Amino acid sequence: MLEIKNLHAKVEDKDILKGINLKVKAGEVHAIMGPNGSGKSTLSSVIAGKEEYEVTKGEILLNDEDLDDLAPEVRAHKGIFMSFQYPIEIPGVTVTNFIKTAINETRKAKGLEELPAKDMLKKIRATAELLEIDRKFLSRSLNEGFSGGEKKRNEIFQMAMLEPKLAILDETDSGLDIDALKVVANGVNKFKSKDNAVILITHYQRLLDYIVPDFVHVLHDGKIVKSGGKELAMELEAKGYDWLK
Amino acid sequence: MSKYTEDDLKKELETKEYEYGFYTDIESDKFPVGLNEDIVRAISKKKNEPEWMTEWRLEAFKIWQNMTEPEWANVTYKKPDFQNISYYSAPKKKPELESLDQVDPELLETFKKLGISIEEQKRLSGVAVDIVMDSVSVATTFKKTLAEKGIIFCPISEAIQEHPELVKKYMGSVVPRTDNFYAALNSAVFSDGSFCYIPKGVRCPMELSTYFRINEGGTGQFERTLVIADESSYVSYLEGCTAPQRDENQLHAAVVELIALDNAEIKYSTVQNWYPGGKDGKGGVFNFVTKRGLCETNAKISWTQVETGSAITWKYPSCILKGNNSVGEFYSIAVTNNYQQADTGTKMVHLGKNTKSTIISKGISAGKSQNSYRGLVQINSRADNARNFSQCDSLLMGNNCGAHTFPYIEVKNKSAQVEHEATTSKIGEDQLFYCNQRGIDTDKAIALIVNGFSKEVLNKLPMEFAVEAQKLLEISLEGSVG
Repeated sequence: MLEIKNLHAKVEDKDILKGINLKVKAGEVHAIMGPNGSGKSTLSSVIAGKEEYEVTKGEILLNDEDLDDLAPEVRAHKGIFMSFQYPIEIPGVTVTNFIKTAINETRKAKGLEELPAKDMLKKIRATAELLEIDRKFLSRSLNEGFSGGEKKRNEIFQMAMLEPKLAILDETDSGLDIDALKVVANGVNKFKSKDNAVILITHYQRLLDYIVPDFVHVLHDGKIVKSGGKELAMELEAKGYDWLK
Repeated sequence: MSKYTEDDLKKELETKEYEYGFYTDIESDKFPVGLNEDIVRAISKKKNEPEWMTEWRLEAFKIWQNMTEPEWANVTYKKPDFQNISYYSAPKKKPELESLDQVDPELLETFKKLGISIEEQKRLSGVAVDIVMDSVSVATTFKKTLAEKGIIFCPISEAIQEHPELVKKYMGSVVPRTDNFYAALNSAVFSDGSFCYIPKGVRCPMELSTYFRINEGGTGQFERTLVIADESSYVSYLEGCTAPQRDENQLHAAVVELIALDNAEIKYSTVQNWYPGGKDGKGGVFNFVTKRGLCETNAKISWTQVETGSAITWKYPSCILKGNNSVGEFYSIAVTNNYQQADTGTKMVHLGKNTKSTIISKGISAGKSQNSYRGLVQINSRADNARNFSQCDSLLMGNNCGAHTFPYIEVKNKSAQVEHEATTSKIGEDQLFYCNQRGIDTDKAIALIVNGFSKEVLNKLPMEFAVEAQKLLEISLEGSVG
C-alpha cells in the first residue's frame, strides 16, 4: 500500500526528516511513536502533501505510484486521509455540507456522478449512528465551538465517510478524556479492514490499548530508530524514550 | 390561469426570445455629448413628458450645477467628465448572431458555470432563437395576474403618463433632488426605470423582477425606480441579474425610492454584477447609487444586496424609520477582487418610537481590492426605545487587499439600545490545506468558505436568487488565491 524510501524533508531550511524507510501493507495498523520534535507530525504532513514541506530526497509510493508533485487534493482522491491534530474551523459551513462537498469532489475527480442527495443522507446517517454521533451535531458549523472530543470524533466521522485506503491519525488521542478516546478508538476499529491501512501517530501508549497496532516504530531526530510489535509500546511506556537515543 | 406562478413564467420565458419591438422606432437615437438645459428639455420631450415633469427635471439640473462630487468615500478614481457623456441613448438592438459559436467563449463559459440554460444563453448573448414564440402572451398573462390585484408594474416613463398623481406625490419624496450630487444628476436626466404600486391590503403574489419586465429593453445608465407599498400591502422586488452584464456605459447613477405606508412591507433584493474592470484594473463600471426607503407606522423595509461587480461602488441603501414600530433591515455581501473598490453600507435613521433596525454586512476582499463598510445609525430625540443591531464582518484573501469599517453612531435618546459587532478574518493556508486534504481543491475551498461566511445574508435572498448568487460568488473569486 504505502512505501516510504529514504525520505528526507525540510521546512524553512530546517531538515526534519533524515531518511525514513517504512512499508505499510493493506490490513495493517502501524503506530509511530516518539518524543516531541522527533518529526512525527512532519511525516504525516509530508505524506498528505502540505506545501511548506519540501522533500529533498527519497520517495513516497502509494500502490507503487510516486506521490511527489501531486497536490494534496489529488493525494486525497487517491485514498490518503489525514486526521488533523488541530482540526480547522470553517464558520457557516455545516458538517454535512462539508462532507458532502468532499465526497462529491472526490467522486468528480474519479469521473463519477455526484452522489444523489438521498444516498448521501442515508450514508451520513448510518455513519453517524455507527460513531454514536448526535444528528444535531451534523448541522453545526464545522469545528466551530467544538470541544476537543467533538473535533476528533468529527475527524473520524469524515474518515469513515470518505473510506480512504490509508488513514493517518495525527495525535488523535491528544486532549481526549478516556470516554472520548474510547469512542474514537471504537470508530477506527470499525473502519479498519483487510483492504485499508492505518498509521497512528502518537506520543503515548494509551491509545494503543484500544487500537492494537501490528507494528510500532520509534521516531527520533527524523529517523526510525527502532521497530517492533505491540510490546515495544509497552516498553516505551515503562522506560521512556531516552534509552533509544 | 389563477395559479400562474413566477416559476411558470420563468419557464416560459426561458424558451422565448427577448422582444425589443417596443423600442425599435427610436433605435437610432443618440444625443450629442454634454449637459445643459436644452439637453434636459430634449430628454423630457423625447419621452413626451408632461410639463410638470420637465420642470422637475430642470429644477434638478439647476441644483446639480451648484453641487460638487462627494469625495469622502474611501475610493480613488479619475472623475468622469460630465460634459463628455451622451445623456440620451435609446436602447439599441444587439447585433443578432446566428449561433452560440459566434459568442465570446469566455462569456459562454461563465454562463455554463451559472447553470444558465442554452436557450437563455442565446437570449442573453443576442443569438436568434429558432423556437416560434409569442412573448406578448407571456407579458399579457403576467400583467393580467397583477392587474387583477390592482398592482401597477411598468416602466417609470409609462407611469409618468398613466399615473401622474402617484409619481408627482412620491418621486423625490424620499430622495430629494438636493440629496446629493448623483441623485440630482439622476433627477435631471434619468433615462428610465421601474415603477411599482401595490394597493392597500394586497400581497403581491409573485416576486417582481426587472428580469420579467420584457418590454424594458434597457434602462440606461441613469435608472430611476419608485416602489410604493400602500397600507398593509407586501411586495418582494428583485433587481438585477446574475448573468454577466456587458455594458458600454462607464458611469451609472441610479436612484431607488421605496415607500412603505402603514403596516406595509417591502423586500428589495439586488444582485449587481456589472463589469468590474480587467485584472489590471482597466475599465469597469462606476456605480454611484442612491437607494432609500421610508417606513410609516409598523412598516418594514428590508434591503438585501449581493455586490460583486463594478470597478467603483458607492452605495448605501438606507431606511428612514419615520413611523412608530417600523423596522429597517440591511443585509449585504460585497465582494471585491483585482482592483475593485467598494464603499458601501447603509443608514438607519430612527425617528419613530420603538423602531428597530438590523445591519448585517459581509465584505470579502481579494486581489488588490479595497472594500469598505460605511454605516450610520442615527437615533433621534423622539425615538424612544429604538434598537439597532449591527454586525460587520470582513474576510480577506491574500496580503494585498484591504477591508475597512466606518461605523457612525449618533444617539440622542437615552432609551436607545445600539449594538455593534465587527470581525475581520483571513482565509488561511491552514483552512485551505484542511479542505485540500479532504479532496476539495483550492477554488472550491474558497467558494465553500466564502459561502459559509456569507450564509446569513444568502439566506435572506429569495430561493432561486440565492442559488445563483452562490455560484456568482464562486466565479467572482476564482483563482484569487494563487
